[in-house]
Amino acid sequence: MNQTSAQTWDEFMEGIWRQNPLFVMVLGLCPALAVTVSAVNALSMGLATTFVLTCSCVLVSLLRKLIPKEVRIATYIVIIATFVTVVDYLIQAISLALYDALGAFIQLIVVNCIILGRAEAHASKNPLLPTLINALGMSAGFTLGLLALGSVREILGAGAFFGVALFGPDFQPWVVMVLPPGGFFVLGAWLLIFAAIARRKQKKLAEITQNA
Amino acid sequence: MHESAAQIFINAFLANNFVLAMFLGLCPFIGVSGKLETAAPMGAATTFVMLVASLCAYGLNLLLGYFQLEFLRLIAYIVIIASTVQLVEMVLKKYSPSLFRALGIYLPLITTNCAVLGVALFQTARDYDFIQSITFAVGAGAGFTLALVLMASVRERLQLSDVPAVAQGTALSLMLAGILSLAFMGFAGLGG
Amino acid sequence: MTSATILPQTTSPAAMIRTLGLIAALCGFIIVAAYQGTYDAVQENKRIAVERAVFKVIPTARSIVEYFATPAGSVTKVGAGDTAPVGSIKFYAAYDASDRLAGIAAEGVAKGYSDNVRILFAYDPASASISGFGLVAMRETPGIGDKILVDKDFLANFPLEAKLTDDLKKLAQAIVTVKHGSKTHSWEIDAITGATITSRAVGRAINDSAQLLLPRIVPNLTQLKEKS
Repeated sequence: MNQTSAQTWDEFMEGIWRQNPLFVMVLGLCPALAVTVSAVNALSMGLATTFVLTCSCVLVSLLRKLIPKEVRIATYIVIIATFVTVVDYLIQAISLALYDALGAFIQLIVVNCIILGRAEAHASKNPLLPTLINALGMSAGFTLGLLALGSVREILGAGAFFGVALFGPDFQPWVVMVLPPGGFFVLGAWLLIFAAIARRKQKKLAEITQNA
Repeated sequence: MHESAAQIFINAFLANNFVLAMFLGLCPFIGVSGKLETAAPMGAATTFVMLVASLCAYGLNLLLGYFQLEFLRLIAYIVIIASTVQLVEMVLKKYSPSLFRALGIYLPLITTNCAVLGVALFQTARDYDFIQSITFAVGAGAGFTLALVLMASVRERLQLSDVPAVAQGTALSLMLAGILSLAFMGFAGLGG
Repeated sequence: MTSATILPQTTSPAAMIRTLGLIAALCGFIIVAAYQGTYDAVQENKRIAVERAVFKVIPTARSIVEYFATPAGSVTKVGAGDTAPVGSIKFYAAYDASDRLAGIAAEGVAKGYSDNVRILFAYDPASASISGFGLVAMRETPGIGDKILVDKDFLANFPLEAKLTDDLKKLAQAIVTVKHGSKTHSWEIDAITGATITSRAVGRAINDSAQLLLPRIVPNLTQLKEKS
């Protein structure tokens, strides 16, 4: 039992760290850059994507024996589009202000490559439980990635975090960070950090094997 | 409010460039911009799909509006785009096999290019009429191609320069895109 | 198809169509359920949003009534679920605590610096002027474009003269945005230095909408005077 729960945990962490969809696989860039001008937007977008990714993968996994190979991509797209429409209406019902802030990017979740990629590469081949864990891990990784981007951009670009001003009235915000170029710069910087960590780990691993 | 066709084109092409200001179609932008010779055909193919998708979306929207089925819009658009890409693929295969081979894998990938769905969604959200929709699609496609070609040219030059190993790859591409995006901010307000 | 020879067995077209039909039906069911389930909440949200926006630009307002201004020059009240007659413009008549007309609010839109700037402006029939405006949506540069809401000099542009010509066909003087410091008439908007494009968008949005809407409303003001 312990063994399986450890495996489950590994599977979940896979999506957050080693296969992080945003920082390692570099997928789903469009929403990641477009809506992350503030931490709230980033978190909402992450949760919306989580909902769509999890529901679509579960449905695909349940129907996997039923879906003919020839039309599988079309089927996946229809399923994903369904859940995106659902999430679109849910956000409208929860908060119109949030809906306006995220704009067309809610509907553009349909073409987020992470979701189609997960449906094709994982959900279509695995039973319900592993699919669910994998989907949740991936979503958590994506949401954390968005939050990392959104927090940095909001703190630097607006001097606030989740709308709470941090530095007092004299703070001169670094406006470019909440403009389009800032999105590219901050994501580039995060990728650099991730790459640097990965290289250091590799070096250490090489040293250990050499010593052994 | 009425935007002239020229304004719409300039806005979609430069001031609100789909890739560098609106963050649409980034995956192919980062993925396919390594070489100039693949960037240009990719841009052309995407522009064509955008144009066809825009036409279809315009007709479809009228139809959905007539039957009051607006909540099916998204699902209808994505199906239309997927079929358009499939159709373009088949037509090209039959009538211009050389072009089909040149585009290769990039053709089917256009389905998941959010710039294409973006064109369809934005023209609906902004209530563009027929001419406006077409201009918007062409402008967006031209803007996408421009960004792709610019990026590819810069990245080709970059291969000759000495970059720290850790910064190579996507991180550097994103930094470059950021600088290009800064430059494009200078076009803002051009379309008045 | 070449793939047919590679695959060990292919699905018959009938099975494909059956599965696709089944999935389409399932998805259709989910979408309709979500649409119906959220419909009331969404409409309520939209109503509250409109009400809040109107109360903000017309501070004395306590209730609002939606109207359509038709191209024929008449105004009709909007009932629940009404669709807009062709060419008509929606506006809001705002009433104060004693149900007297406090002002009229309508939306205007113009291209700003990075995207459309959508505003809600208030028209005061008593003084024939635009008394103020509020934002519906914009994506202007933070710290630059959003000055239009806080810049004291810019807000001092209001009330803004919006008199009609004698035949009530159009504004006597078109509302225009002028360069900072060169405002000489009460129908001109003094732009914010450094946010000229956004300032101009506000002026154009008000002008475009007022030119169309006011000639239809002003002749019908008596109909709007009391809350009906």
